[in-house]
Amino acid sequence: MRPAGVDDDVPMTLGARRFWRAALPVLVLILTLAAWDLVVRLNDIPPYVLPGPLLVWRTLVGDWAVLSGSLAVTLATALEGFALALVGGVGLAILFNQSRLLEYALYPYAVILQVTPVVAIAPLLLIYLPQQAAVLACAWLVAFFPVLANTTLGLNSVDHNLLALFRLYHASHWQLLWRLKLPAAMPYILGGVRIAGGLSLIGAVVAEIAAGSAGAGSGLAYRIAESAYRLNIPRMFAALLLLSVAGVVIFFALSWVSHLLLRRWHESALVSDN
Amino acid sequence: MADPDSAQPVVALRGVGKTFGNGTVALDRLDLTVRAGEFLSILGPSGCGKSTALRLIAGLSAPNRGGVELRGSADGAPPGVGFVFQEPTLMPWARVAGNVALPLELAGLPREQAAPRAAQVLARVGLAGFGDAFPRELSGGMKMRVSIARALVTEPSLLLMDEPFAALDEITRFRLNDDLLTLWQTLRKTVIFVTHSVFESVFLSQRVVVMTARPGRILTELTIDAPYPRDESFRTSPEYGAFCRHASQALREAMAMDEPVMEASAMEAAR
Ligand SMILES: Nc1ncnc2c1ncn2[C@@H]1O[C@H](COP(=O)(O)OP(=O)(O)OP(=O)(O)O)[C@@H](O)[C@H]1O
Ligand SMILES: [Mg+2]
Repeated sequence: MRPAGVDDDVPMTLGARRFWRAALPVLVLILTLAAWDLVVRLNDIPPYVLPGPLLVWRTLVGDWAVLSGSLAVTLATALEGFALALVGGVGLAILFNQSRLLEYALYPYAVILQVTPVVAIAPLLLIYLPQQAAVLACAWLVAFFPVLANTTLGLNSVDHNLLALFRLYHASHWQLLWRLKLPAAMPYILGGVRIAGGLSLIGAVVAEIAAGSAGAGSGLAYRIAESAYRLNIPRMFAALLLLSVAGVVIFFALSWVSHLLLRRWHESALVSDN
Repeated sequence: MADPDSAQPVVALRGVGKTFGNGTVALDRLDLTVRAGEFLSILGPSGCGKSTALRLIAGLSAPNRGGVELRGSADGAPPGVGFVFQEPTLMPWARVAGNVALPLELAGLPREQAAPRAAQVLARVGLAGFGDAFPRELSGGMKMRVSIARALVTEPSLLLMDEPFAALDEITRFRLNDDLLTLWQTLRKTVIFVTHSVFESVFLSQRVVVMTARPGRILTELTIDAPYPRDESFRTSPEYGAFCRHASQALREAMAMDEPVMEASAMEAAR
């Protein structure tokens, strides 16, 4: 938590604040890269132990054909897993909301699926499913629960007076769901979705690593595993960099969608104009 | 009431009791009849079961004992009911027009037919041109007007209001009281108005029903025999003061406590 007024320790105009907000992280990045480069050069560290940032960059550009193909595979898996998690999570939460019995019967198993580490499940899934399906299942598995849990919470958090109002006007089940419960739950759902986006990538990567140790695969994580075997450390770094960038892009894209959907009315997305 | 037609009861509560699941007896043998076109206030201490009674009348909950009867037109069909909650209770994701049109759309009216009617009631409560605003862009008093517009949009013959102005400042509250009376006189609806303000109940209503603290029952009722339209001059008239004194005395009895009614003594001191 940020105590009130902490922003105001240095008097700044809005423009100056915006500038520093963007400039400071960049500055930190430059300093870090410079320090990294310096450490590698001064100590003469060989590239198979720690490559310098320039070498990583050159590898990224040089191996782009291989890496971008793998990135596409991993991203496609993550996005498919994410989409399935979204549909499954919201859908199941709606079912739970319509039927308490169903919720009582199934919710514990959703929790069990969530708390079991995906690293431990992935090798098993790889035995029983084709490799691509197993990777997808892992991405889905980790992304599914945050959507389910948040949507369930949201659907149950509807203002009771608004519920009474809808009842007064004899709203049907369907109207109640579409016109009241889902819109009211939207901020919660989007919160879950933002978490799920990053998790689906993690799920896909974990499964690919497991698959990679079995000697098959084509995703980015498989490239990392493969490069590790071959002591191609610069390529490992390049692939890792791509994964991080992909994660950040997913996060910002989902935050932006969330902002677009909520900006008109929800506190979390309102720009204070005082 | 000279009109014999309007003497017919719209709402009749007979020996109504309500006990909640946790054992709280909210209402105990409540009897109440409301005539068509009447403006009735229910006055009572906090927690005496006013909201509970209103929800029973609206059909939002069922009594454990006794009966709640609603009679609308001559053919016995139930009257349309509008409900105004203590909070504005608007959907924050919908524009003002969408909020007001909601009851019509829930009833299956197509949007293009609901929209003009919503605009009409919005104009009636003094919010013409605010249809495109979101609730968060409105002041507390304006939100309450939207809530009233939404209750009026189905043209109900019975309007139930649960302390609608309790959270507002006095100036806004006075203005909305005036507006409500104007609406009532033009639209001729039956209004049941719940409040814990002696002054509001006396200023607005033809009849004030005073409820006792839990379990809720009716202690007494006062007829406020003053002509409408009522305006600022009524608020400062000696008869208004007398009505208020009676009402607050009854309220004090209802609370069955020696605590003075703060509002009343403050008002008298101010005069
Ligand atoms: N859902 C509920 N479950 C259990 N008890 C309830 C419930 N709703 C109300 N009560 C109890 O019933 C009594 C009457 O409540 P009610 O809301 O009708 O009071 P009220 O007269 O409207 O009070 P206020 O003026 O503060 O709004 C209170 O004691 C309250 O605690
Ligand atoms: Mg109440």
